[in-house]
Amino acid sequence: MDAAASDVAAVLTQLGAVAVGLAVLARLGHRTGVSPIPLYLLAGVALSAGGPIDLSPGLVEIGGQIGIVLLLVLLGLEYTGEELSTSLRAGFPAGIVDLVLNLTPGLVLGLLLGWDPVAALLLGGVTWVSSSGVVAKLLQDLDRVGNRETPAILSILVMEDMAMAVYLPAVAALLVGGGVAAAVGSLAVAVGAAGVALVVALRFGPLISRVIFHRSDEVLLLSTFGLLLLVAGLAERLQVSAAVGAFLVGITLSGQVAERARGLFGPLRDLFAAAFFLFFALSIDAGEIPGDLPLACGLAVVTMATKIATGWWAARRAGVGPRGRVRAGTALVARGEFSIVIAGLGVTAGVQPELGPLAAAYVLVTALVGPLLARGSDALLALIRALRGVFTPRPAREGAETS
Amino acid sequence: MSDVTETKLPGVGVRHDFTTHHGDRIGMIAHRAGHRDLLLYDRDDPDSCGQVVRLEEDDVRTLADLLGAGHVTERLTELQSVPGLSIDWVPVDGGSACSGRRIGEIGLREDLGASIVALVRDGETIPSPPPDLTLRQGDTAVAVGTPEGIRAMHALLQGD
Repeated sequence: MDAAASDVAAVLTQLGAVAVGLAVLARLGHRTGVSPIPLYLLAGVALSAGGPIDLSPGLVEIGGQIGIVLLLVLLGLEYTGEELSTSLRAGFPAGIVDLVLNLTPGLVLGLLLGWDPVAALLLGGVTWVSSSGVVAKLLQDLDRVGNRETPAILSILVMEDMAMAVYLPAVAALLVGGGVAAAVGSLAVAVGAAGVALVVALRFGPLISRVIFHRSDEVLLLSTFGLLLLVAGLAERLQVSAAVGAFLVGITLSGQVAERARGLFGPLRDLFAAAFFLFFALSIDAGEIPGDLPLACGLAVVTMATKIATGWWAARRAGVGPRGRVRAGTALVARGEFSIVIAGLGVTAGVQPELGPLAAAYVLVTALVGPLLARGSDALLALIRALRGVFTPRPAREGAETS
Repeated sequence: MSDVTETKLPGVGVRHDFTTHHGDRIGMIAHRAGHRDLLLYDRDDPDSCGQVVRLEEDDVRTLADLLGAGHVTERLTELQSVPGLSIDWVPVDGGSACSGRRIGEIGLREDLGASIVALVRDGETIPSPPPDLTLRQGDTAVAVGTPEGIRAMHALLQGD
């Protein structure tokens, strides 16, 4: 056997072994109702700590990059331009409450630790955004999609999605540095691009989609995937980050093309997103994670409380009773893919080495505890009421509202 | 007809729900993927669903059939021989106040004593049209009801 053939053999067996390993984890996740994201992260940590397989880094990195692009294009495809613009009007107050309550704890902790302000802002982003993947699956698994608090939950997810279109390029600009003027310029480009994409999606989405449309899956997959990578690459070159470019492509595609693209990209996303989470875990200093765990738990406790408060507030605004408010809050607790994408930006740029391990530990905790809290939301409400009873002399007024 | 509330669920689909005469709340989610969820809300906690029944497309047809909508269209011809009931084809006129409104908004059954059991649009028949379907100029409504009801339906849909 010559050298090239043995290389190919090595790469194929490595990839195969990793995919089989991830398949076992995904199976486990399905059986136990645990999101696969923390499991993939743990697998990556185990591999980087000298597991049995020595992956070639280049391969995982490219897989990981494609993973980010696919994660974000599907998040963009999730909502039609019309849904985005109506949600923007109706969900704005809830979006602001969500931002203030959940970005602040991470930001403050970063500053207290004496980090660079940009790194602190990234940590704020990590604690801010819920995992729409985990939340959507929870609502489905617990038969809560039809509940009256669900529109409030979904509207917060949509708002976070939209906010990412501004936040990601803004922090990407700050990470590049080059002073305030350059960052403001880059931010203006990003906000402008998001606005243009929304207008294009609403006005010309059907037209663009008609041009791209083809009844063959093969043609459609190649044209949308090609367009996606081109725009993502172009965005990266303009320093607006590939993730943002992909997200905007997702928003622009509409109608039948969007529907078919969701079906075609879905399996690819599952494959490459796993590579992304592995890549992230491999690119951080995993030895730090156990040491960061207490801090991550503290941050998780605070931000789980603020997320529950956010959901409570949004659901109450929608006229939902106390039980539904706690359901809304607990459903939103899990952080996931976006938090890792945000931390990944910082890791790649090389700010604050502690950010990666802390974010990984934090996502592990919230993604594991979040679904448990959502299942036990009624018990949690009883606990909240008991605590209120202790702290307020008169009987709690919330009880009267239920009837 | 009961008051049906429509709620858009971004990323999921559309939910319709209403309260029955006996105070139970029933809903239906039309998922973008095509299937539907039948929702029976909890009496103790009206914000949550006590039961969620997943319906695939042919389940939906079966259920609709059991609830009677399909039978009505199938038995149109039989109906004509029932004393006191008439059936007629009523074109929707552009000048009518109903053109551009949803069927559910018109409140035909209670006010007129007639209801639209099918709609002919662009040469295609829509049997048992949903209440949120918007009437357009050029549609032809297949109406069943009392003879007076049918006359009132003509007046309503033709705008005079």
